[in-house]
Amino acid sequence: MTTFPLLAVLLPFLAAFAGLLLPRLPHRRGRAAEDLAPTPGAGTAAGAAGERANTRAAWIAVLPTAASAVLAVWLAWGPGFAFLDGEGATTSPPTGQTYGTIVTGGVPISLTLQADNLSGILGVLVTLVALAVQIYSVGYLKDDPRYPSYSAFISLFTSAMLLVVYAGDLLVLYVGWEIMGLCSYLLIGHWWEDRGNSRAAVKAFLVTRLGDVGFLFGIFVLGLAAGSFRVADVLAKVPEMSPATLVTATMLLLAGVAGKSAQVPLHTWLPDAMAGPTPISALIHAATMVAAGIFIVARLFPAFLAARPTLDVLAVIAALGMLGAALAALAQDDLKRVLAYSTVSQLAYMAGGLAAGSDTSAVFHLVTHGAFKALLFLSAGVVIHHVGSNLMSRMGGLRRELPVTFVATTIGFAALMGLPPASGFFSKDSLLVAMDGALTTGGLTDAAALLLYACALATVAVTGAYATRAWLRTFFGEATPAALPEPEPGTAHVVDGREAPRSMLVPVALLALPALLLGFAVEPHLALGVAATSVVLALLGAGVVYAFWRIDPGADPARLLGPFRVPCERAFYVDGLYAALFVRPVMALARLVVSTDDRVVDGAVRGSGRSARGLSGALRFAQNGNVQLYVSGLLAGVLLIVVGAVVFT
Amino acid sequence: MMGWLLVALLAVPLLGALLLLLAPHALRPHLRAYGLVLSGVTLALAVLLVAAFDYGQAARPQFEIDLPWIAGLGLRFHLGVDGISLPLVALTALLTFLCFVYLCWGRARAGEQLMGARPRALVFTLLVLEVGMIGTFLALDLLLFFVFFEVVLIPMYFLIGIWGGEGRRAASVKFILYTLLGSVVMLLGLLLVWAQTGTLDIEALAAAHGAGMARSVQILAFVAIGVGLAVKTPMWPLHTWLPDAHTEAPTVGSVLLAGVLLKMGTYGFARIAVPILPEGAAAVAPWLGALAVVGIVYGALACLAQRDLKRMIAYSSVGHIGFVLLGFATLTPVGINGALFANVAHGLITGLLFFLAGAVKDRYHTADMPSLGGGMLATLPRLGSVLTFASIASLGLPGLAGFWGEMLALFGAFQPANVLPRPLFLTYMVIGGLGAVLTAAYFLVMLSRVTHGRPRRPARPAERVLQVVGGPSPGGGALDTPDAGVPDGDAHDSPDERPVAPLDAGDRPGEIGGRLVEVGDRPGEIRRQPGHIGRQRDDLGDQPEDIRTHELLAWTPLVVLILLFGLWPGLLLSLTTPAVQILLGGAS
Repeated sequence: MTTFPLLAVLLPFLAAFAGLLLPRLPHRRGRAAEDLAPTPGAGTAAGAAGERANTRAAWIAVLPTAASAVLAVWLAWGPGFAFLDGEGATTSPPTGQTYGTIVTGGVPISLTLQADNLSGILGVLVTLVALAVQIYSVGYLKDDPRYPSYSAFISLFTSAMLLVVYAGDLLVLYVGWEIMGLCSYLLIGHWWEDRGNSRAAVKAFLVTRLGDVGFLFGIFVLGLAAGSFRVADVLAKVPEMSPATLVTATMLLLAGVAGKSAQVPLHTWLPDAMAGPTPISALIHAATMVAAGIFIVARLFPAFLAARPTLDVLAVIAALGMLGAALAALAQDDLKRVLAYSTVSQLAYMAGGLAAGSDTSAVFHLVTHGAFKALLFLSAGVVIHHVGSNLMSRMGGLRRELPVTFVATTIGFAALMGLPPASGFFSKDSLLVAMDGALTTGGLTDAAALLLYACALATVAVTGAYATRAWLRTFFGEATPAALPEPEPGTAHVVDGREAPRSMLVPVALLALPALLLGFAVEPHLALGVAATSVVLALLGAGVVYAFWRIDPGADPARLLGPFRVPCERAFYVDGLYAALFVRPVMALARLVVSTDDRVVDGAVRGSGRSARGLSGALRFAQNGNVQLYVSGLLAGVLLIVVGAVVFT
Repeated sequence: MMGWLLVALLAVPLLGALLLLLAPHALRPHLRAYGLVLSGVTLALAVLLVAAFDYGQAARPQFEIDLPWIAGLGLRFHLGVDGISLPLVALTALLTFLCFVYLCWGRARAGEQLMGARPRALVFTLLVLEVGMIGTFLALDLLLFFVFFEVVLIPMYFLIGIWGGEGRRAASVKFILYTLLGSVVMLLGLLLVWAQTGTLDIEALAAAHGAGMARSVQILAFVAIGVGLAVKTPMWPLHTWLPDAHTEAPTVGSVLLAGVLLKMGTYGFARIAVPILPEGAAAVAPWLGALAVVGIVYGALACLAQRDLKRMIAYSSVGHIGFVLLGFATLTPVGINGALFANVAHGLITGLLFFLAGAVKDRYHTADMPSLGGGMLATLPRLGSVLTFASIASLGLPGLAGFWGEMLALFGAFQPANVLPRPLFLTYMVIGGLGAVLTAAYFLVMLSRVTHGRPRRPARPAERVLQVVGGPSPGGGALDTPDAGVPDGDAHDSPDERPVAPLDAGDRPGEIGGRLVEVGDRPGEIRRQPGHIGRQRDDLGDQPEDIRTHELLAWTPLVVLILLFGLWPGLLLSLTTPAVQILLGGAS
């Protein structure tokens, strides 16, 4: 049992390598065919070989992930949902062991992998969603020649995320944390022929890396203060640390959290990250990686609780993020971008719950959100696969053509809006209760608590509105029988009439179950007043959108935003602002450095060379081989000496 | 007892070089094998050294040999190897061997291959270079160190000046004048130490921890020695010889320059400047740290606006060496450990990057990024994959070798030695951290420009392009063509989401593309198909060719080591930590 965390991490890791190395090994028969006909016309054989490679890669990807899922479930079986019932992360000793220590000359790094109540739940979430996405991708990228590398990167990602979840040492955790970022970069850029996708990938990596530098420094602060990077040691030393240390450390960690979990002000990469294939958006940019920031705060929650100013900052960030992102989601036309902004908004909810002092409700929402948002993305993938476009203006009336997807999406949106009995209702309710409680218990300053709660309630209404809008515009109204347009780069395939292949529908159907029922897994702590308020607000938002839609089903209900529509659609121009504030100045500085390097730094070097040569040139005049000149010089010298001798003596 | 091993490490390449002078005609037909065998024997000796090294005693010099050399001056031929120098000796032997593999393996081709201009002189130069490099890391006598340090310059000068690119003359003159000037200053510093203490024995001097030298003398000596080492390292603002030298040097020259020569400067800090002159180090460290972080940010910014691939990699060295110097400046075991780790990692990664840049230049006949045009993952998928892998390693991704050194250097700056001002070093740490982001930025921008996008090959006739796009054609997708048929009956096959026709292939380190041929970050797997590569080569025409066998052989060990040290940093750290603690005994 103690080796299970290690095995769960290693299996997908090895699968990633195997997936990169093995699938393309020529089959004996495939190789023969190729040798026989290496000329044009070998297309059929080659196509078959490619399919074989994809099939092999699929097996290599799916089986280890499934094995990891079994291990993760096993690890979580004992504690079950104990964490969510408020028993904390460490009621029972964690399962796992230390595999050695790396000396650094200072604070050592210990290679510890372990599972406790918190990481048990997260491990199950990660492996199950990863498994669903792997199976789904088999159908989604059936004909993609780069499928083997794609699935290998998902395996690598799964391994890295499990490393984050099971790590017992902050630096080990950081390793997994960064490798996740790399996988995100590689997979967003999966269709790298398009420069836009490439740019989105670079942006995602750089923005998160900026936060990660802060995160690393935060680890330094904690590690040095505790004399150890082990999570358990750090948490044990928290009561002895000075408030200044704790605030510094948690603020720095918060930078990493904001980067990874796409929180204000480092949220701008996530909507662009939708350039990646839809299953990637479901796995990395909705269910797991972006939730890692929330997980870290929960993991080190005692340190955050002891640093009040950090919680205030977190509350303000969360408040701004949840409402702003929800408004942005209301105005987007791209279905995936709607879901992306929705993810930012929901992650801000979790951050708000953490700021309000309730890690259990935040993790609860993390889990339910992981289920229903992955469901929504995978369903969106089916829709996009079917329509051949990401844009909702090209969709409509799909509920008849895609009945299974329609039902699944409906469950997902209900959970997102927080309508009972879907899982999101329970988790969002517990978050709202926590934020309500923060108003009175005083964990936050009053202004921050008030802002947080007000924004949370407003966001419930806006969430209802954008979810309803997306639902109506996708599945209702008239189908738009546009002649097949050139598909957007980065979207998947083109219409093929029927529902998606079974390998895509099964994961969707399986995810719909937890999205619907997960709320009942935990003992309900319903506060009727808060619950009723939130449901009424959500329905209110939904109702307004429905009214606008009824007036003209062909038009976009986003027009209800009036003059604010364009700012919302552009996400309040943050991207442009950053480009003007950071990107262009840095590029200008870079050009300045290059010209300075050439003119000034190297100029000085060349200048010294030139002046040396010039000096020697001057000296050369004296050495021109003319004897008369030498003699004249000699005589002049003698004369000078004589004169000097006469004058000075 | 095994002192002969160190002598043999020097003697084998030296005698080999001399033999080339003595029997030029007899060896001419076998030059390729000759170079390979000699560097291979040296590498085998280095491996033996690694195997026989007593890891329990990594702090002390082992295999020592101490003979009188010039008795009148008290100079001694004193060699030894400890935890600090062992990795560098092994790295040197490995990189030299890989350079020979790169030059000699397989049938010679035009351009940079050994059978180009003056093969005998090239082998001779490289062997002499190896003597100097290994000797520098083994020497335990100040003047002996200096002699080896200088021996290296001459072959490198010829390497750049004879086998270099178009601007080779100016670059080689700049290189030699600049570094010689630095060496003179360093020599003055070494002589000052000698004059004050009366000994040149590094071991004894290090054990004394600066005893017998006044603080002012130590500062003066540290500055003098430091300037000499900093030119070689190179530290900002003494770096400008580096981009020119790298841009003009042939591939093997760049690899050895970045992989080993720069290390000699940083090694000097660890071996001489810091342990022998602790008070001088403490006084100068804040300045050293300042120049180091300026170098980090400056190097990264310079890379960001660079057009030439080789020049960009050269400037990236300035940034990475900044981390190394920052680690030394902290004067803590963590920081110096980090510096030494980053040193080795930089040798591996930048060595690989220069190999790759050479391969790119070989195929496209330019290293100018706008002219390369992008889409390398489509045209040369394997090369693009390995380039991506090396770039990601270089930008310091955890799990690859580049990360640990930089992380430890920053951690050292977070808590510098007690004698140093902490707020100042905290500032350095923050600037260094931002420099790491900029490092990621320029590498990713480079990858985006070169490897992503659709290939644009203006040099080729349009008709040819059409052929390539249109599907299998003899010259088409290099290796992938026969495998890369369009899947028939595929209604899904839309040009926009589909890579440029079927040639697309692996797109990342380890990403695999193409229809059948495997590609990966671990060239190990490509090796499974050498026959395939060989078979295809003949009918390639003017189409650039993906990774060749000799390149594969030369790069695979580097890739494996980058992964190994990245996943298990303890391998190196356990070696350097005891040595570093001894070395700092007096300073902290």
